[in-house]
Amino acid sequence: MSVIKSSINRKSEQFREYQASMQALVADLRERVATIAEGGGERARDRHLSRGKLLPRERIRVLLDTGSPFLELSQFAAYDMYKNEVPAAGVITGIGRVSGQECMIIANDATVKGGSYFPMTVKKHIRAQEIARENRLPCIYLVDSGGANLPTQDEVFPDREHFGRIFYNQANMSAQGIPQIAVVMGSCTAGGAYVPAMSDESIIVKEQGTIFLGGPPLVKAATGAVVTAEELGGADVHSRISGVTDHYAMNDSHALGLARRVVKTLNRTKQPEVTLRQPVEPLYPKEDIYGIVPNDLRKPFDIREVIARVVDGSELDEFKKLYGTTLICGFAHIHGYPVGIIANNGILFSESAQKGAHFVELCAQRGIPLVFLQNVTGFMVGKKYEAGGIAKDGAKMVTAVACAKVPKFTVIVGGSFGAGNYAMCGRAYGSRFLWMWPNARVSVMGGDQAANVLSQIKRDAMEARGENWSAEDEEAFKTPVKDQYEHQGHPYYASARLWDDGIIDPAETRTVLGLGLSAALNAPVEKTTFGIFRM
Amino acid sequence: MFDKILIANRGEIACRVARTARRMGITTVAVYSEADADAMHVSLCDEAYLIGPAPAKESYLRADKILEVAKASGAQAVHPGYGFLSENAEFAEACQAAGIAFIGPPSSAIVAMGSKSEAKIIMTKANVPLVPGYHGEDQSLATLKSEADKMGYPLLIKATAGGGGKGMRVVSSSADFETGLNAAKREAISSFGDDKVLLERYLLSPRHVELQVFADTQGNAVHLFERDCSVQRRHQKVLEEAPAPGMTPELRAEMGEAATNAAKAIGYVGAGTVEFLLDSDGKFYFMEMNTRLQVEHPVTEMISGQDLVEWQLKVASGEPLPMAQSELQINGHAFEARVYAENPAKDFLPATGKLRYLQTPEQGPCVRVDTGVEQGDEVSIHYDPMIAKLIVWGEDRASALHKLRAALADYRIVGVTTNLEFLSTLCALPAFSNAELDTGFIEKHEAELFPVVESLSDDILAIAALHGLLVEQKRTLQEQADSHDPFSPWGIGSGWRMNQDSFHALHWSTESAQGSVVAHYRDGAYLLELPTSECLVSGEILENGDLLADLSGRRFKVAVIRHDQELTILHQGRSWQLTLTDPRLDALEGEAASGSLVAPMTGNVIAINVAEGDEVKQGDAVMIVEAMKMEHTISAPSDGIVKEIRFAVGDQVEDGEALLVIE
Repeated sequence: MSVIKSSINRKSEQFREYQASMQALVADLRERVATIAEGGGERARDRHLSRGKLLPRERIRVLLDTGSPFLELSQFAAYDMYKNEVPAAGVITGIGRVSGQECMIIANDATVKGGSYFPMTVKKHIRAQEIARENRLPCIYLVDSGGANLPTQDEVFPDREHFGRIFYNQANMSAQGIPQIAVVMGSCTAGGAYVPAMSDESIIVKEQGTIFLGGPPLVKAATGAVVTAEELGGADVHSRISGVTDHYAMNDSHALGLARRVVKTLNRTKQPEVTLRQPVEPLYPKEDIYGIVPNDLRKPFDIREVIARVVDGSELDEFKKLYGTTLICGFAHIHGYPVGIIANNGILFSESAQKGAHFVELCAQRGIPLVFLQNVTGFMVGKKYEAGGIAKDGAKMVTAVACAKVPKFTVIVGGSFGAGNYAMCGRAYGSRFLWMWPNARVSVMGGDQAANVLSQIKRDAMEARGENWSAEDEEAFKTPVKDQYEHQGHPYYASARLWDDGIIDPAETRTVLGLGLSAALNAPVEKTTFGIFRM
Repeated sequence: MFDKILIANRGEIACRVARTARRMGITTVAVYSEADADAMHVSLCDEAYLIGPAPAKESYLRADKILEVAKASGAQAVHPGYGFLSENAEFAEACQAAGIAFIGPPSSAIVAMGSKSEAKIIMTKANVPLVPGYHGEDQSLATLKSEADKMGYPLLIKATAGGGGKGMRVVSSSADFETGLNAAKREAISSFGDDKVLLERYLLSPRHVELQVFADTQGNAVHLFERDCSVQRRHQKVLEEAPAPGMTPELRAEMGEAATNAAKAIGYVGAGTVEFLLDSDGKFYFMEMNTRLQVEHPVTEMISGQDLVEWQLKVASGEPLPMAQSELQINGHAFEARVYAENPAKDFLPATGKLRYLQTPEQGPCVRVDTGVEQGDEVSIHYDPMIAKLIVWGEDRASALHKLRAALADYRIVGVTTNLEFLSTLCALPAFSNAELDTGFIEKHEAELFPVVESLSDDILAIAALHGLLVEQKRTLQEQADSHDPFSPWGIGSGWRMNQDSFHALHWSTESAQGSVVAHYRDGAYLLELPTSECLVSGEILENGDLLADLSGRRFKVAVIRHDQELTILHQGRSWQLTLTDPRLDALEGEAASGSLVAPMTGNVIAINVAEGDEVKQGDAVMIVEAMKMEHTISAPSDGIVKEIRFAVGDQVEDGEALLVIE
């Protein structure tokens, strides 16, 4: 294998400048995550704790194997939405090891609006289930939720990807042999009642968990009968009389211990269908990435310097190294798992697109997972390129990427604009996981380009009407466009809306990819059938 | 000399006899109970025969079976060791009748000394001084009580047939006499089948000094000097030494003469011990004569350079004593510490369990360990809880004591509660260094010997936490290495979190305290939040199981032995016990036996003082459990009503089992 020779100068002013910028972004990221992790605020937390319940993150920690990582998903869900009152969208999702197996954990945070489901909560929950389904991860639901958020019912209840989909997914995952385990640690009202009811095995906590289709207020309204929540659907009712739950837990820890025991009985063995190697750390420190990536998306950098800090032993066997050089393709390993790396090193031309399509075919044929490092302003435009058929060449790469059934992973390390987003396995292209760096931007085109395009159209129209447009006026026109693109293309904005699975510290890219790859290999690698490649 | 002998014993003494026999070219035959199928003495002997189930009554005390084996195996002699049949005259007689030599005194001598009252009559005749007491036949309560009141308190009630502290009670006032008498009688009948007792003045601070005597069939008798066995608990010896500190040649000669006279008076043959109480004024009184090899005989061997078992074998085969009195010399000083499976903090309650980890100090000319068990063996309820005898020799008392302390610090046992730490503490007392000995030594120094349990230091908690984390990591890595996904980043114990600090909380508890240590994951290390400090720790578990720890730059090796969630840390000559609790596991263990009274150890119920429905007051004795031949009173922890009695008299109960429920 060939080792990437790094040629950075850590002492250069530029390196230090970039480093400082990225470090500031990472610090901001961590700070915001710390705030998000506090959930619904001190009062709500105290109230929760005073009832003898564990906080959701603590529940997850207790559930997980000692020392298990937790690959949390969508930390920024609902960030700056709903008056910023629903941190993490009120549900914590992620992958962790339980009794030696990678499981998807979906834990309601009752300190956030009683754990009720806002539109983004539903989206986050369903995304977690999608990841579980694609990667065949057992699901453990730590339920503590009042159900759908009634004021936003039109965005959470009726549609295809709304609340009902949760139970549809449970039924179908169970049908596919993906275990569904529910731990009822608080309310499970109305639709929520189906989470334990639709699970393969369910556990309920004494004097904490309740399950009912209609809560006491609804019962009173409907029938006039007055019942307590415990009488209506407490642990005793469901474990001794109704049989809705299978295990009776004395407290949260007990319940989580029972869940661990249930996982032990699943009789599943992970058998990765790839050839493994003993992992080797990269030759260069991961923190170098901070100083390698420019603080301006318009400035180019050699993506090989990043790859050298992500892959095992900084080894990359490049494919078509001398052809279509704006796209780097090559074989490498991450934490011992073989991967095909596809990374942008400039704008996409016909050659690079063809090279990319070819490489995707190779990986699909060989069953090697694909890792996309996305930093793309798009495909080359212009008469020469259109005439050269860049549209059909781009389509080849998009087709290849869209159809490839090997696990795909996308990390947006810079810009993600236009059709480049498609060819580089953007959100719509079915990555098992898609992460963004804090410096990244995602939009149909760059803010400057959008402003320029819009102002050009306006100028053309004005000029056609014989009107004049001053430079100041044009700038005044462009600024809000640029601002809008900057705002909406920002990772916090994107992540809030689940356009990705999380914003990651660039230095942690190797770890995150390793965890994702390992989790993905719980599912067999499917054979790929490609669509028509337009020649 | 015999060609083949049978060793009618088990444990360290059987092993010890077998070693000398082997050295002398004598073939050995072992006998064993079902519980001892894998015991050391069985593998050490040339042949071994199963003689019955675990209880001694059905195996090691079965004279008939043992004789059968002796005959069948062609053994010419039987070595009874100590305990069991060693002082059983009928057995000695049966051996002789069967033409098999009994390696011990003639049965008449056993009979003479076996009954304490008879022994005293003989001793009076032989001019051996006696402690005032009542040794009469009239065992009525009225007589005993009036004799007791006459003699004055404190006094000692002793089973006539007794020994080893069983069936013995000190009574400090007239009011306590009846209770003490009943307890002594009950123990006497269960241990010896005879509840006859004698009464004796209880000297306030006497020393226990005993003389090792030896006599042959030719009528020669010598003594091999004295041993001081004053350090006792529950009237059982803990630490012995020879020679006795402060002994003068004159007193030694005087006591030696009395001892040999005593032996001669009963026509003694073989090894025997004459026990005296030595009062502070230099007066000594005959206590009893043990007609067998004593547990503590090695200290005599160390200072005399003689092998007493060899002497026994020679004498039993009719040879004369190997040496005359004038040839015997004292060389240096020796100590013996008895390592027991017991809990000194709980009134030396015998302990049982598996010796999960056992490391003895390095042996050599100055350090000797006599034991019958090895790592992995079980200390059961059936037999004596002595694990080993640690014997050291030095040129003088000070240097021997120094070696004893070092050897004790190197003795490591995990799995069973032992008195090792107690012994270390005892040896470190200035009063012990100064040989301020008397039989009340342990009671007198209670405050120093049983210090209030210290809270765990940050260092100990850091060691425990680091070990807990490393063990977990190692386990995960091993499990993963054996899987189809051997290198997964999920199983490297990094505790990784997305954009957040990550930590693990380790919960610990001891008998008196509990808490938690938060461990923050750092690259290859953990930052621990300890009760009074923070500490960056890292380390590894070495091949031998020791922990190589780095506590904020301080590096050292420490032995940490873990069994399930229980941790024993042996550090700087001390040991600490703590349990790493896991709320998930603990909760799964189910509801604890709350409101119940549990058996302190495995044993048999011998008395139930209440019936279901009875009202009891806190402290009332509700049940008596007998284990290891000791009685343990189960007292009501609080006032209440007896709801349920789960066992009947005679039932066997397991350690930790709920006996009855009081609400």
